[in-house]
Amino acid sequence: MKNEFQVIADLIERDKKVLDVGCADGTLIKFLKDNKNINIRGLEISKEKVQECIAKGLTVIEGNAEKDLKQFPDKSFDYVVLSQTLQAFLSPELVLDELLRVGKKAIVTIPNFGYWKVRFHLLFKGTMPITKTLPDEWYNTPNLHMCTIKDFFHFVKSKDITIFKSLALNNLNSSIINESNLGVKNLFADLGIFLIEK
Amino acid sequence: MNTEKNIKTLIVKKPLKLDCGKTIKDFPIAYETYGSLNSKKDNAILVFHALTGDQFVTGINPVTNKEGWWSYAVGPDKAIDTNKYFVICSNVIGGCMGSYGPSHKDPDQKIYGTNFPVITINDMVNAQYNLLDHFNIDKLFSITGGSMGGMQVLQFISNFPDKTKTVIPIATTSSHSAQNIAFNELGRQAITADSNWKDGNYTLNETNPGKGLAVARMAAHITYLSKKGLQEKFGRKLQEREDLKFGFDADFQIESYLRYQGSVFVDRFDANSYLYITRAMDYFDLTKQFKGNLSEAFINTKAKFFIISFTSDWLYPTQENKDIVIALNSIGADVGFVEIESDKGHDSFLLDVPDFLSALKNFLDKSYEEN
Repeated sequence: MKNEFQVIADLIERDKKVLDVGCADGTLIKFLKDNKNINIRGLEISKEKVQECIAKGLTVIEGNAEKDLKQFPDKSFDYVVLSQTLQAFLSPELVLDELLRVGKKAIVTIPNFGYWKVRFHLLFKGTMPITKTLPDEWYNTPNLHMCTIKDFFHFVKSKDITIFKSLALNNLNSSIINESNLGVKNLFADLGIFLIEK
Repeated sequence: MNTEKNIKTLIVKKPLKLDCGKTIKDFPIAYETYGSLNSKKDNAILVFHALTGDQFVTGINPVTNKEGWWSYAVGPDKAIDTNKYFVICSNVIGGCMGSYGPSHKDPDQKIYGTNFPVITINDMVNAQYNLLDHFNIDKLFSITGGSMGGMQVLQFISNFPDKTKTVIPIATTSSHSAQNIAFNELGRQAITADSNWKDGNYTLNETNPGKGLAVARMAAHITYLSKKGLQEKFGRKLQEREDLKFGFDADFQIESYLRYQGSVFVDRFDANSYLYITRAMDYFDLTKQFKGNLSEAFINTKAKFFIISFTSDWLYPTQENKDIVIALNSIGADVGFVEIESDKGHDSFLLDVPDFLSALKNFLDKSYEEN
């Protein structure tokens, strides 16, 4: 399991109720269910991935986060997880609002466009950056709204969303992000993980 | 047909009050079982059949000598694995494969015909519930069925919220749509317009409204397929001829196919049963039973739901299946949902659709492991 999921799992207490939005093949769901007795279900848009989840015995609903989150009542989950998908929605702001409506807390991770390798790629090669977390070409990437850790940090603050914890992830190392080290973390982390509430 | 020795029958002694207000008692429920009930009695699956189905789910139907209606899904090592599970299926009341229906005789030994009480999905389910007592099963492992079978699944879990661990409604709806009522009415009109129908007393008059019933089946059969499926299978291909004949014989293969479907159906199905069962489907509105809030139908159950729809099903489209998912999510129920890609229309659930069969198998087997 990738390190990002381990960090997310560490943010969630045992016995909670969780919705994993864009759960893919259900790796995180299975881990949380097996190790932390989490009552968890997934929402996934890909039919193939939904089938993979069913084959693992996981509860998953085929659906589109931009349309199908509205069926869940307010605060019906302790945590709603969205891993590296926010930038792929037509309207990330509306999805974020929905995550925070459905979940008491939300865990959102974003691939950091401010990462130094991304900046160097664009600066020296002059072409759209391709990295481990941003593997696609400009013409086939699902990402519509790339942002940096700094962008996201300022964005949630401007929306009066409470940040409980924000972590910068670089390979295996995770570290706390705060106002004072934001510039440095924005340069050296390729992934940002945010535990937020509204 | 009702006295065939191949038909197992349970006589329900307990009076059953029907939705129409009448009460029936000492009535037969014809059923069949596959696999064996284990000692813990925790491996039973109750399957509900659709409009023209019967209790003979798989293997060779001893009455028609044709394959059972769900042979692709049910059997040894299949999605519903009869090596593992004990499958029970019964003919709905109103039906014509041995359960109490319009071709039965009233206490005065006169065939009921249209004097048989109008039955509902709720009545069907309440009648079938007696099978649990018969087999001494406290809790089923699963209930499943497609189309009208799915309606019975929804009604069953609403009526008996703690009697099953898992619930699998397939290609169904919680409330029969205007379009579906319209198609059913077309079928009923075809039957009753046949002069051989004789106000439902055709047996007494030694006639059979076969032509009307065949037309009803032909019209319904079109609704079970998809435009794309029909186009790919038949296109404009001609039936055993080089060119058009400039007449009204079956020039096109699709015409010949529909005529065949109509004619074989007449051999195995009772016209009055067709009227009664389509009526039951039309009357089905679980949302209305709970005053407009479908979630209330499921509020008392802890069962695990898995809902399946098909992309090309325009009779019970994905959105109607999703409405059930939404109702369940709004009360935090344990519900999974998948829409299967298929060109085979509403009939997909009866056919060899590998993604559907594997999803069904995986859900059942994984849920049983967690038991």
